[in-house]
Amino acid sequence: MPQVHKYDVIIVGAGGAGMRAALESSKRVRTAVLTKLYPTRSHTGAAQGGMCAALANVEEDNWEWHTFDTIKGGDYLVDQDAAEIMAKEAIDAVLDLEKMGLPFSRTPEGRIDQRRFGGHTRNHGEAAVRRACYAADRTGHMILQTLYQQCIKRSVEFYNEFYVLDLLMNGGEVAGVVAYELSTGELHVFQAKSVVFATGGFGRVFKTTSNALSLTGDGMGVVWRRGLPLEDMEFYQFHPTGLAGLGILLTEGARGEGGILRNNEGERFMERYAPTIKDLAPRDMVSRAIYTEVRQGRGCGPNQEYVVLDLTHIPAEQLEAKLPDITEFSRTYLGIDPTTEPVPVYPTAHYAMGGIPTDIDARALRDNQEVVRGLYAAGEAACVSVHGANRLGTNSLLDINVFGRRAGLAAADYAATAHFVDLPDNPEGDVRMLVDRLLNGTGGERTGAIRAELQQSMDDHASVYRTDTTLKQAEVDLAELKRRYHDVTVQDKGKRYNTDVLEAVELGFLLDLAEVLVVSARARNESRGGHFREDYPQRDDVNFMRHTMAYRELDSEGNEAIRLDYKPVTVTRYQPMERKY
Amino acid sequence: MTETLDTPLDHAPEAGAGLQRRTVTLRIRRFNPEAGDTEPSWHDYPVEVLPTDRILDALNKIKWEQDGTLTYRRSCAHGICGSDAMRINGRNRLACKTLIKDLNMDAAITVEAIKGLPLEKDLIVDMEPFFQAYRDINPFLITESHEPTRERLQSQHDRDRFDDTTKCILCAACTTACPVFWTDGQYFGPAAIVGAHRFIFDSRDEGASQRLDILNDREGVWRCRTTFNCTEACPRGIQITQAIQEVKRALISRRV
Repeated sequence: MPQVHKYDVIIVGAGGAGMRAALESSKRVRTAVLTKLYPTRSHTGAAQGGMCAALANVEEDNWEWHTFDTIKGGDYLVDQDAAEIMAKEAIDAVLDLEKMGLPFSRTPEGRIDQRRFGGHTRNHGEAAVRRACYAADRTGHMILQTLYQQCIKRSVEFYNEFYVLDLLMNGGEVAGVVAYELSTGELHVFQAKSVVFATGGFGRVFKTTSNALSLTGDGMGVVWRRGLPLEDMEFYQFHPTGLAGLGILLTEGARGEGGILRNNEGERFMERYAPTIKDLAPRDMVSRAIYTEVRQGRGCGPNQEYVVLDLTHIPAEQLEAKLPDITEFSRTYLGIDPTTEPVPVYPTAHYAMGGIPTDIDARALRDNQEVVRGLYAAGEAACVSVHGANRLGTNSLLDINVFGRRAGLAAADYAATAHFVDLPDNPEGDVRMLVDRLLNGTGGERTGAIRAELQQSMDDHASVYRTDTTLKQAEVDLAELKRRYHDVTVQDKGKRYNTDVLEAVELGFLLDLAEVLVVSARARNESRGGHFREDYPQRDDVNFMRHTMAYRELDSEGNEAIRLDYKPVTVTRYQPMERKY
Repeated sequence: MTETLDTPLDHAPEAGAGLQRRTVTLRIRRFNPEAGDTEPSWHDYPVEVLPTDRILDALNKIKWEQDGTLTYRRSCAHGICGSDAMRINGRNRLACKTLIKDLNMDAAITVEAIKGLPLEKDLIVDMEPFFQAYRDINPFLITESHEPTRERLQSQHDRDRFDDTTKCILCAACTTACPVFWTDGQYFGPAAIVGAHRFIFDSRDEGASQRLDILNDREGVWRCRTTFNCTEACPRGIQITQAIQEVKRALISRRV
C-alpha cells in the first residue's frame, strides 16, 4: 500500500514558478512542493540575461510598449489580455524580488540597472530599449536562490526527489497526484484540493539543446495522458546562440551589451535581416538567419557549420562584470577566450511556447473555455498564452514570477473553500503498472538508444526549418520508436535510487510530447514565429491566427490518436501587422 | 574570476585535436547496499570519448550503453545546478565541468562520491545534512526598517562587496573537501558560511548580529583551519577561505 498524504495545495516542481506559487499558497493554506530534483537544481538557475519590466530606471519606458513588443514578438499569436497583465505586473514582480533580497546589478545611482534585449523596443519598434533587469549573467540563478531562501524563511514543505507520475481525477475534478520516491522506490499518494504543475519544459526531445537532462516534460505528459489538452505545441523556440556543438546557452544579453554576430566573411549579417535592431531581433528571426547563412555557405569553421559571436570589441572589464559566466563557459567548454577571439555559436533548442492551456489565473483548461476544477499550471509547462508563436528574451523569468504568483493565489483561494475530492479506487494503480512493466520488460531495447534516435530525428525533421515531408518523416520515426519503447528493458531492478527506471519513464513522456509537437506542426500550413514551414513560408492570418489545441484520444480498440482543434486568439487593441524589425 | 584551477586561460583551441576519439578508463567506486554490498568497491569501465567530453558525458555513456545500474545525480550539465559534485582523481569537482583532456587520459580516472556525507548508492550521498547546515544560518534577507515603495538603493560598491558569495550553487564540493567537516559532521562547513557571508555583507540586510551569533558557536567559523581545500574545490571560483576570514574578522570587531 502506498503512503497517503493530504495537503490543500500540491505544487509539482520547484523552479521559479513552483516556488513563487509556494510563497503565496503556503501563507494561506497547507501546501507542499514536490520536486524530482532539489529546489536549487531547477533549470530556472540556468537563465542568464535578465527579466524585463518597464521600470524606466535608465531611460523612458512604459508597460504598454512592453505589451506591444511581447505581442509583436509572439507574431500575433499572443493572447493580448494576458500579455497586458504580464507587462503591467512585471514592475511589481521585479520590485518584490528586490525586496526579497535579490542582488540585482545596480546603476551608478544605486537603482536596479537595465540593459537591452532582443525584441524589446521603445515606442513600438523605434529602437532597442533598456528594459531587462539583471544580475550580471546570473539572473536566473539569483531568482532561484532568492525564492528558495524565501521558502526557507517561510518553512515551506518540500518533498525532494519525488517524481510525480500521475494526476488523480474523480468525476472530472482533481483529487491529487501519485509520486515515486527516488530513494526508496515507494509510491506516495498525495490527496489535494489544488494541484499546480510547474514542471518546466521538454527540451530533451531535441539533441542540441540548452535544456537540462531533467527537462523531459513530465508534467505536460502526465496531464496529456489524463486526456487533457496541450496548446500550441508546434511552437518551439531555438535560441540563436548556443555554444556550437554543445548547445550550452550564451545569453542574448551578450548582444544586449554590444556583441555582434558575424559570418565567415566577417559580415554583420543581421543588418540584412533586421535593419533597425539588427542583432537584437527576436530569437526566431536570428536563428533562421544563422541557419540561412550556414546553408548558403557563409558558415565559419573548417566545416562552415556555425557563425561567431564577436565580443572582442567589448572591454575585458565590462565582460568580466556583466557577462562573467558565459565568458567562462566559452573558456571551459571550447577553450576560447571571448575577449580575444569570436565564439562559435549555433541555434539550440531552448523553450516551449506551448504547454498546458490556462486562463490568466493559471487555471488549467479542459477545452477552449471550461476550467478543470483544482488544476493549475504555470511557467514553461503552461501556455497562457503570453509568448504566442515566439517568446521574447527575459519574458520567461517574468512569466514564472507573474503567473507563478497568480497560480499560488488562485490554487490557495480555491482550496480554502473547496472540499477534498475522493481518491479513485487503487489510486496508484496506473503508476504501479507503468513502473512494473519497465522493471519486468524483457524486450531488450535500451532507453539510451531510443532516446538518441528520437533526438536525432527531431533535430533533423522538426527544428528551425520544417516541411510537410520532414514532419511526415518525423511521424514515421516516432511511430517506430514508440513501438520499440514497449520493449524497453532496464538493467537496474532495484528500488533504491533507481534512476535507470526513471529515465525510461521520462523517455515515455518525451515520445508522447514529440508526437504532439510534430502532429500539431504538420497541420499548421503557415509560418509564424518559431514555426517555420518552407512549404508555406508566409504567415496566414485568415486560416491560422488561432491556437492549436491537441487532445489524446483512444479508439474502441484502445489505440492512441491525436485530435486537433483550434481556439481563437484574444485580441484587445493590437491588430496584426507585418512583423519587421 | 570564476576560473577553476584546472582550466588554464591560455590553452589555444587545437584545430581538430578535440575530434580524435579515444578510449579512456573510468575507475568508479560503486556501492549498492540493496544488492548486499557492505563496502564500496572499485570497478573499471573502458569508454570511448572525445578528449573535449566532460566526465559527465563519459558517465552517461557508461550508463546508457554499458551498465544502466550506475547511479549518480545530474541535471543542467554545464556547472550551474550543482547536482554532480564528485571526487575525480581525488579532487572534488563537478563532473559536467571537468573535461577529460584536462586529466591524464593514459591512466585510469578515478570517480567516487564526495566524502563526509552518508553514502547511499554509487556516487549518491545523502544531501540532507548539508542543506540543513545551510538552512541553519538563516540564509534570507532580514530587514526591520520600513519597506520602500520602489527598490532599496544599493551602491555599486556595496553590491560588489558580497558579489563573490552570491555565486554559490550549493553543490557541496567545498564542504565535502574540508578535513574539519570529515572528522566533525556537526561543523557548519564552508558552504553554509559562504551563505551567511552573502547576507552579512549585503548593505540591505539587518540580520548580521543574529547570523554572527550562530557562527560564533563552537561548531561555527572558529573550526576553520584555513587549509584552503574549499577554495580549491569550488567550481564557481569563490574565494571561500577569504570569505570565512572576513566573517571571523566581523565577529571580532562586530562590524561588517
